[in-house]
Amino acid sequence: METKTGYTLHHPKWHREDKPIFWWVKRWVYIGFIFRELTSVAIAYFAILMILAYRALQSGPEAYAELMGCLSHPAMIVINVLALGAALYHSITWFNLSPKAMVVRLGNWRVPDIMIAGGNYAGWLFISAVITAAYILG
Amino acid sequence: MSAKKSNDAFWWTLFGGGGALSAMFVPALLFLTTLATPLGWVEAPSYANVAAVLLHPLTRLFALGLISLSFFHWAHRFRFTLYDGLQLKHLNALIAVLCYGGAIAGSLVAAYVLW
Amino acid sequence: MAEETITIEVLRYLPEDGAEPVLQEYEVPLRADWVVLDALNHIKDHIDGTLSYRWSCRMGVCGSCGMMVNGEPVLTCAAFLTKFAPGPIRVEPLDHFPVVRDLVVEMTDFVDKIKHVKPWVIREEEKPLEEGEFKQTPAELSDFKAYTMCINCMLCYSACPVYGLEPGFTGPAALALAQRYNLDNRDEGNDERMELLSNDEGIWSCTMVGECSEACPKGVDPAGAIQRYKLAGAADWWKSLIMKKGR
Repeated sequence: METKTGYTLHHPKWHREDKPIFWWVKRWVYIGFIFRELTSVAIAYFAILMILAYRALQSGPEAYAELMGCLSHPAMIVINVLALGAALYHSITWFNLSPKAMVVRLGNWRVPDIMIAGGNYAGWLFISAVITAAYILG
Repeated sequence: MSAKKSNDAFWWTLFGGGGALSAMFVPALLFLTTLATPLGWVEAPSYANVAAVLLHPLTRLFALGLISLSFFHWAHRFRFTLYDGLQLKHLNALIAVLCYGGAIAGSLVAAYVLW
Repeated sequence: MAEETITIEVLRYLPEDGAEPVLQEYEVPLRADWVVLDALNHIKDHIDGTLSYRWSCRMGVCGSCGMMVNGEPVLTCAAFLTKFAPGPIRVEPLDHFPVVRDLVVEMTDFVDKIKHVKPWVIREEEKPLEEGEFKQTPAELSDFKAYTMCINCMLCYSACPVYGLEPGFTGPAALALAQRYNLDNRDEGNDERMELLSNDEGIWSCTMVGECSEACPKGVDPAGAIQRYKLAGAADWWKSLIMKKGR
C-alpha cells in the first residue's frame, strides 16, 4: 500500500536536536528510571553473595564463620544497606508494574489493577515472613 | 522498515522470571544475612542448621534457579541501560556478549559451586 | 489598572534565517480561563504574526496542539496559564521530531509507523454480508477500548526516551494501535502483526520507562499495551520454538 506523498525524508532546513548522553538527568522521572534499571546490579551482587555463601558452607564451619565475619565489616554494612535499598526499590517498582502485564479476567469482570499489585505484595510479604521465621527459628 | 527477527523474547523471558523471583526473595534474604545478623538484631543460626537447610538438594536446586535467573535479569536490564543510558549503541554486539555471556558464566560457576 | 501578565518564552526557529533556534519572550495577559494555546493565539493576533504553530479543536480531541511546555509534552489547549504562574512559561516544539519552523514539527515518521502496524481489521476470509454482523459483547469491547482512544497527538513519542534515541523504534502509539486490533475479537491478524513487530524495532526495544502512559491525555496506556504485547510475543516465541522441535 505505497502512497506517493511527495515528502522528502531528509530536508536540510529542518532542525534536529541531538539527544545528549545525559538526557536522563533532565527530569526526575528519568533519573528514577535509570536507578530502577541499575537495581539489577544489586540483584547480580546478591547472586554473587549466594555463590560465596555456598562455597563457604561447603568448605566447613570456619569458612562460614569467616564469611559472616567479613560481612560485619563497616564497609560491607554500608554496601549492603545500599544493596538492600536497591533490592527494595526493585521489588516495589516491579510489583507496581505487575498490573500492566497481568490482565486477569474472571468471566466478565476484569480484576482491578490495585488487586493485582496487592496480590503480588501479599505474596512478597508471605514469602518474606516464611524466610524470616525459618531463619530466626534456626 | 523491516528489522531482523530477534531472539530478545528469550532473554526477556529470563529477565522477567529473574525479576519476579528476585523481587520476592532477595530483600528478606539480604536483610537477614547481611544486616540483621552482623548488626546483632537477630541471632545467627548455627552452621549446622544453615548447612542442613541450604545443602538439601531441593534447596540447592531452587538456589541455582534464583542465582541464575538473577544474573539473567541483570544481563538484560544492564544491556539496555548501557544502550539507552550511555548511548553505547555502536558497541551493541560487544555489550550483548558481555552481559549475556557474563550471566551464562555466572550460572555455570553457581552450578559448579552448588555441586 | 494594568492586567496581570505572564512571560511566555517561545523557541523560534526560522529556516530562512538558517541560524540556531532562539528563545523569544512575549508578555501575555494572565487570565484564569486561558490556556497556553490562548496565549499563543494572543501572541499571533496582537504581538507577533510570524509565529507558526498547529492547533485546531482547542478542546483536546484533535491532537494538533502538542508542544513541550516547561520541558513536558502537553496539549497546549489543556495547559492552564495559572498552573505555571508566576512563570515564565517555556514553549518548545515536541521533542524527538525534526522542527520545520517555530513550533511545527515534521510528523511523517509518526504517520509511517501508524501505517506500518496494519491498523485495520484483518480477516483470513472476508465474512459475506448474508452471514450477518460481527457480534461483540461489552466485555470484549472493554478489553481494547482504551487503545481506541488515541488522538495521534504524539505526546507519547516525545515522552519516550527510546524513541528519542532510536528513531527506528515503532513507538508507543503505533504499538498500542496494533494491540487495539490484536485484541479486537473481529480481527484475525495477530500473527501478521507479530511478524512485523516482534523484533528490535518493535516491542523489544521498549524498556518500560512508562512515561508514554503518563503523558497520554486520553488514558490510552500504551505502556500497558506494550507490556501485554511482550508477554504475547514471548509466548509466541516459545511456542514456535517447541513446534519447530516437534516437527
